[in-house]
Amino acid sequence: MLHIVWFLLIVGGIAYAAVSGNMEQVSAAIFSGAKSGVALCIDLVGVLVFWMGIMRIAEQSGVIEKMAIVFRPLVQKLFPTVPKNDPAIGYIVSNVCANVLGLGNAATPFGLKAMEALQKHNPRPQEATPAMCTLLTLNTAGLTIIPTTMIALRMQAGATEPADIVLPTVLATACSLVIALLCDRWMQRYVLRKKWGNEP
Amino acid sequence: MMAWLTTAATWVIPLWLAVLLIFAFRKKVALYESFVQGGSEGLMMVLRMVPHVVGMMVAIAVFRASGALDALVALCAPAFERVGIPAPVWPMGLLRSLTGAGSLAYASDVMHQYGPDALWSRMVATIQGSSDTTLYVLAVYFGAVGIHKTRYALPMGLIADAVGVVASVVVCRLLAVT
Repeated sequence: MLHIVWFLLIVGGIAYAAVSGNMEQVSAAIFSGAKSGVALCIDLVGVLVFWMGIMRIAEQSGVIEKMAIVFRPLVQKLFPTVPKNDPAIGYIVSNVCANVLGLGNAATPFGLKAMEALQKHNPRPQEATPAMCTLLTLNTAGLTIIPTTMIALRMQAGATEPADIVLPTVLATACSLVIALLCDRWMQRYVLRKKWGNEP
Repeated sequence: MMAWLTTAATWVIPLWLAVLLIFAFRKKVALYESFVQGGSEGLMMVLRMVPHVVGMMVAIAVFRASGALDALVALCAPAFERVGIPAPVWPMGLLRSLTGAGSLAYASDVMHQYGPDALWSRMVATIQGSSDTTLYVLAVYFGAVGIHKTRYALPMGLIADAVGVVASVVVCRLLAVT
C-alpha cells in the first residue's frame, strides 16, 4: 500500500511536470526533499536518544511493567492481541498520555518503544501486525486536547480568543478517532480471521 | 481552566522524570549506565528510520513541486463542494496527510488572508490541530523497527484524516451558528 503511494507520488509528479513544464522545480525538489528528510531525522536525534535512555531506566526499575499491569484492562480492549503484562502496554499508555497532553515530542519515543516491544512478537518482522496498525491509527488520528501550535499561530495572527480553537479541535479529533478505531477494529477482526491465526 | 491545563502540561514531564529517577535510584538501577545503553539504542533507531523519512520527503516534495498536488486539488473540487467544504479549505484537506510543514504554512496563509477569526481560518486551524501527518508518522514508526509492509495502517490513517476534515468543517459551522 505504502509502496504504491510512494510510486505514484514520484512517477505521477515527474509525469505531471513533463506535461506542465515544471521539471526544473521537480529536479530541485529531489535534492531539497532529501535534505529536509535528513533535517527531520536530526531534529529527532536529541529527543530520541534522551528519552530512549530514560525509558531504559524506567524499564529496569519495573515502572513500565507496573503501568502495564494497572492499565491492562483498558488497553486490552483496543489491543486484544498483545500478551498479558507485556511491556508494550506500558509504552502504549505513555504514548497515548503524552499525545493527549499535547507533548508530541515525548509521545514519539514512547510510541517507538511500543513498536519495538510489539516487533519482538512479530512472526514476520518485515510486516506490520494488527496491534501495530492500531497504534498507528491512534497516532495518525492525532489525539490532542491542547493544540499548542495552532493556539500560538492564532495568537500571532491577532485572534480575539486564540484558545477557543480547543473545543472544535477536540470534537473533530474525537470524531476521526472513533471512526478510525471502528474501521481498525473491523480490519483487525477480518485480518485475524483470514490468515493471521492468533499472532499478536 | 486553560491556564491550569498549560501549567499542568509544562510540569508533567519534569515531574515525571524526577519521580522516575528517584524511584529507580531506590531500586538500585545503574542509572547512568542504563541511560547510555538505552540512548545508543535510540541513536540506532534514528539511523534505521533515515531512509524511510528521506524517501517519503522526496516523494512529497516532487509531487508538490510538479504542480500535481494543485491539479489534484482542482480535480477533487467538485467532490469537496458536494460535501460542503468551502474553497479556501480544499488544499488543506490534501496537504494535511502529506506534509505537516506544508499544511501549517497553508493554514497560516489562510489566517493572514481572511483574518484569524474568520470561519475559514477556524476551519483550517481545526484541521491542522486535530490530526497528524499520516505519511510522516508512518515513515517514522515503521522505519524505526524496519517494517516495509504496512498492511492496512495507511488506509486507516487516511480515513482518520478524511473524517477529521469533514468533522472540522461541520463542527466549526455549528459552533459559528450558536
